[in-house]
Amino acid sequence: MTADLLLPALAEKARTAAHADGAPCLCGTPSTLADRPDATVVRHAWTVAKAHAPDTVRTELALRLRVATTLPDVLLPPLEPSPASVDGRLVTLWPYGSPVDPDDPDAAPWEAAGALLARLHRTPAPVAPHAPPPMRGPAKAARAVALLRAAPGPHPAVPPVLRAWATLPAWARDAAPMPDRTTLCHGDLHLGQFVRHPAPDGPWRLIDIDDLGTGVAAWDLARPAAWYACGLLPPGEWARFLTAYRAAAGPAVPADGDPWPALDVPARALTVQSAARAVTKAIAADRPLDEVELSLVDACVRMGAIPLELGGDFEK
Amino acid sequence: MHCPKCHAPMHTYNRNGVQIEQCSGCRGIFLDYGELEALTRLESQWTQPAPPPPAPQAYPAPSAPAWGAPHGGGHGGGHHGGGHYGGHHRHKSFGHMLFSS
Repeated sequence: MTADLLLPALAEKARTAAHADGAPCLCGTPSTLADRPDATVVRHAWTVAKAHAPDTVRTELALRLRVATTLPDVLLPPLEPSPASVDGRLVTLWPYGSPVDPDDPDAAPWEAAGALLARLHRTPAPVAPHAPPPMRGPAKAARAVALLRAAPGPHPAVPPVLRAWATLPAWARDAAPMPDRTTLCHGDLHLGQFVRHPAPDGPWRLIDIDDLGTGVAAWDLARPAAWYACGLLPPGEWARFLTAYRAAAGPAVPADGDPWPALDVPARALTVQSAARAVTKAIAADRPLDEVELSLVDACVRMGAIPLELGGDFEK
Repeated sequence: MHCPKCHAPMHTYNRNGVQIEQCSGCRGIFLDYGELEALTRLESQWTQPAPPPPAPQAYPAPSAPAWGAPHGGGHGGGHHGGGHYGGHHRHKSFGHMLFSS
């Protein structure tokens, strides 16, 4: 079904769930929180309905949803334990949580984020038959690079981004299984993935389980690590996040000392992924790269000349 | 001690290494023997060219990979290294990146 039919159907699903007690609806217009090819999210009062990407596999989503149901101290718990179908799309229902204000990233909850992530990584992953699929971080990086390769070229930023990609071990390019297949990971961590529940000032919880699964836990620290390495995130904010993660005994990096042997590969991969997306968008829009996008490409240029810092746990 | 003028209690403050007593009532200041000369000395130093400020390194910057940016994150330049995050202004495009996949 087309997106313009999906939105009203999703809004109706959220409305019905919000008024499951049969009380009349006096809420006014529902709000669309996101409407992208990979997700449409509608809020009605204190209920949120999410239509997942069209290629989402039901059994995999159900296993990921089950993890959220069983870990309410870490992940926002869904309102219903299994996905519904709304006109051909898989739909899940959630309580509304207050996000970090995108206009005020200085208010980012770096300490809570580090502690929450450590708690997720320390949670034993469910075993068969409830074992979640692999975390999808490397798959998403590979997809961003595939889209860059398919972009109409030539563009001067494409070769350095592809060269940086080529420095990565096979697992980080989604060309081999990850070296860790037991640690529970979020898979797509950024500041939009933290909400307070109950809104507006309950404890912080992680949302968006689409990429959740078992894998290399350092991948979840790698986006802030990449921002810091590219000179975009101030050292103080990176230090707050990393310190909180370590204080909560997060297993992705050693308790003290240099964290980079563990972070190097995932941080490179996420830098390449971000650069690939930026260059693909710039080519499509026929516009120059902005200052931030250039700093990602510059990091890719430098990466191409510097061998990996391989951590002891990560075979190539 | 109490202020000889208004008899309110006086509190001791340290101003550039010189102890001074200030009255909590009338704000008058009492200087011990030699303190006026110490302040005068400090004043004359103040008018001379200031020594170069120490390197802006309030705390050790966290480590970074070898491929990191040459300023800021890359080689421990601290707050004033000239990375894109300099000052309080965050680049709009980076603000967006913080919240997207």
